[in-house]
Amino acid sequence: MTAPLLEVSDLSVEFPQRRQRLQALDRISFTLEAGEVLGFVGESGAGKSLTGAAIMGLLEPPGRITGGRITLQGQRIDGQAESVRGRRIGMIFQDPLTSLNPLRTVGDQLVETIQLHLGMDAGAAAQRAGELLDEVGIDRGRIGAYPHEFSGGMRQRIVIALALAPEPELIIADEPTTALDVSIQAQVLALLRRLCKERGAAVILITHDMGVIAETTDRVAVLYAGRLVETGRTAEVIAAPRHPYTKGLMAATPNLDLVSVDTVLPQIPGSMPSLAALPPGCRCHPRCGDVMPVCRRTAAPFIDGVACHLYGAQTQEAG
Amino acid sequence: MTSPPVRPSEKPAGAPESAPTSVSASISASISASRLQRALASDFVYDFTRAPIAIIAGLVVLFLFLVAILAPLVAPTNPFDPASLNLMNGFTPPMQANMFTGESFVMGTDDQGRDLLSAIIYGLRVSLFVGVMSVLLAMGLGVSLGLIAGYVGGWLDNLIMRIADIQLTFPSILIAMLIFGVLRGIIPPDLRDEMAIFVLITAIGLSEWVPFARTVRATTLVEKEKEYVQAARLIGLGRHQIMWRHILPNVLGPVLVIATITLALAIIAEATLSFLGVGAPATEPSLGTLIRIGQDFLFSGEWWILTFPAITLLALALSVNLLGDWLKDTLNPRLK
Amino acid sequence: MPGGVMMDNAYLQVSGLSRHFDISDPFLARLLTGGARRQLTAVDNVSFSIARGQTYALVGESGSGKSTIARMIVGLERPNSGTIRFDGRTAFDERQGQVQDNSLRQKLQMVFQSPYSSLNPRWRVGDILMEPIRAFDLIADPEARRRRVHELLDQVGLSTQDAQRYPHEFSGGQRQRISIARALASNPQFIVCDEPTSALDVSVQAQVLNLLKQLQRDLQLTYLFISHDMAVVRVMAHRIGVLKNGRLVEENAAGPLIESPQDPYTRMLMESTPRFAGGAASG
Repeated sequence: MTAPLLEVSDLSVEFPQRRQRLQALDRISFTLEAGEVLGFVGESGAGKSLTGAAIMGLLEPPGRITGGRITLQGQRIDGQAESVRGRRIGMIFQDPLTSLNPLRTVGDQLVETIQLHLGMDAGAAAQRAGELLDEVGIDRGRIGAYPHEFSGGMRQRIVIALALAPEPELIIADEPTTALDVSIQAQVLALLRRLCKERGAAVILITHDMGVIAETTDRVAVLYAGRLVETGRTAEVIAAPRHPYTKGLMAATPNLDLVSVDTVLPQIPGSMPSLAALPPGCRCHPRCGDVMPVCRRTAAPFIDGVACHLYGAQTQEAG
Repeated sequence: MTSPPVRPSEKPAGAPESAPTSVSASISASISASRLQRALASDFVYDFTRAPIAIIAGLVVLFLFLVAILAPLVAPTNPFDPASLNLMNGFTPPMQANMFTGESFVMGTDDQGRDLLSAIIYGLRVSLFVGVMSVLLAMGLGVSLGLIAGYVGGWLDNLIMRIADIQLTFPSILIAMLIFGVLRGIIPPDLRDEMAIFVLITAIGLSEWVPFARTVRATTLVEKEKEYVQAARLIGLGRHQIMWRHILPNVLGPVLVIATITLALAIIAEATLSFLGVGAPATEPSLGTLIRIGQDFLFSGEWWILTFPAITLLALALSVNLLGDWLKDTLNPRLK
Repeated sequence: MPGGVMMDNAYLQVSGLSRHFDISDPFLARLLTGGARRQLTAVDNVSFSIARGQTYALVGESGSGKSTIARMIVGLERPNSGTIRFDGRTAFDERQGQVQDNSLRQKLQMVFQSPYSSLNPRWRVGDILMEPIRAFDLIADPEARRRRVHELLDQVGLSTQDAQRYPHEFSGGQRQRISIARALASNPQFIVCDEPTSALDVSVQAQVLNLLKQLQRDLQLTYLFISHDMAVVRVMAHRIGVLKNGRLVEENAAGPLIESPQDPYTRMLMESTPRFAGGAASG
């Protein structure tokens, strides 16, 4: 069994505010194999973007990692992300408009990244830049164009090329297609998946859209209010979700094949708690249909891919 | 309380919203606490109590305002009542007994025997009155013009902004002098001294409206496109109702900061005009007038007649400026 | 197929609606370069009808013109040509222009996309809800008006105390509910929903969509529902119109359109919509 590419154990992130300390992430643990696409799904405020940022060392102060370890290929990177950022871990953000420098040509930006991380000379770097553009489906001849001359979907492809240029081992993509039209979205996601599989690069895909998860990821991790509630192979989690929140999320997402105008969408009452007012015990319990007294007192431990007292009891009884 | 940001660019179109404020927390807060309690518990007050400069500047400003407002009660004498003056008291140095009358004065006396401390207190009153009133005038005019220019747009916007641009090419002191001169020419000679203060207020107010107008116009342009304005248009509300009831409350944010900084400018402008002799008259002198009077005696040894009013003016202008700067920095992230 | 099916007893009838925007260079620049005026056609000869009590969805990607059509229908923007009729009464035609009719205006309302900018942050919720009531003089007695505000809050699942609060004290989903309550305040018959759930989380979206449908049943409302998300449209709409670059390329009842789309663009939209096995299935 090869060691996992990325290992995150008990990662905790806090944001000290004026009069309180907000715990934004609480002991997140997961692993990622080389070449695997892991989806991070959750609603707004769940902490999925924060997890990506923590791995990259891009937490905005005063936020900071207060516990846990992050290792890449067995080497600890938490606290020293500058050494790996860009070179071994690439990042793709949501808004292609602000990810690219509007004042420099696309070719310049690619060449700069290539030279910085791969140390090639200008000629070889330019050649490589052209090849990258080919791979993402952009006409090489446009290498001298500026970002604003491209459409949103094409800009995101350029961002993918930029992220892949230094041959990273891991790509973290934070809602890469949310701002794009739905037809472009499918193309860009397919491109990302294909290119990463070809290179054996792993991907963490952060999104709020279950449909994107279903079509693009191998494994999925569900987050709620800073805690991991369920992980597993995507096909299995979607076909048979275990955690009540995951079940609720899936049920509430309209599925084109199954709903009609007569459908009443199953809804989860209430909304995700703010970090300043987290409920005690299991953070999901105020909205859970299967809530039990123990849920209000203690958080369920994360065992065997799910953090819920419903399963904890069973595994305890069973073993 | 929104979820902490990962990086600056957040939530372009299509992304889900950030974590909600807990409604139960707001319920308990708003039902039990009075508005004052809530204001005192706010982040703004918290920041204030941790900024020493703001506290000191704030205290100085408060002190000077109180002294000015309570002038008749606080000043030892009324220096502008000719009956109470004794010419023999003239040129008494501070804290020394006068060689003729034996009276002593904390800050000394001027050439006419006026107690300088009292003169400063009354002068402060005039300076602050002119300063505050001219800011109010500039604010009223500037905010209204900015709102109209921003919302109505078109040729009216162009006209207002070009007038603003033209006015900004001249130093505001010159504009104030120009307006002052014109108004004085209109007023009959016997009323000139009485009306001097109001002419001064008008002149300074009219020279300082532009920053208000520009900022309010910029914010109005943004607010105009927001959906709550469209919802108001949808139910048939007219332009005026939308401008004054919907947009105005939302553009006032930066106005407080501008007003504070403009107050410092207005105080200095008034002092400058009075110093030049075109401001507050000697019968109702402001700090600037006192400085002008004192200037004549500086090099003949009676230094205190200039120095104490100048220090007071410095303290006032500096404190107001520092307070305004602090306000600007504190309120800034929230304005984003 | 160009244009849509026109019904005789439709509540809303839109025909030949068009809107262009002038994107020419400034006059002086054109004078120097000899350039011609240029126009961007946002909406091109769109026609469709909506039956009373039904939901018609306009689907399209960005730039399709769906928001422009929505704004023209409620009178926020003026069409260049075409006719708009509500319940037989003309709201706009090329000869008369925008018909200024307060009783007509009262029947139309809109729910906007952004929960953040659709409510005035400086107004209390109660005042926001009272404004349409006052604007149309629907209730004279202040006490009765207050009762009506509480009734509206109740209808959308909020509490009466919420009338005292400011919008920023609420979550996105709750703010959309307030927007819906404001839309209901004038007792409208027709509501345009412009991507009302695009900015909301999935679980909150389900709540808001269910609420909209329930209100439609209870109050016999007619909806024009704008969206870019086929799956959401499937849940909401009785009839669907597909817009591409300002033209209506296909239109049909919801079921047949989704099951057997005729136009290649419609097919492409279907295929791009991510879907997964499992999920909502209750009927």
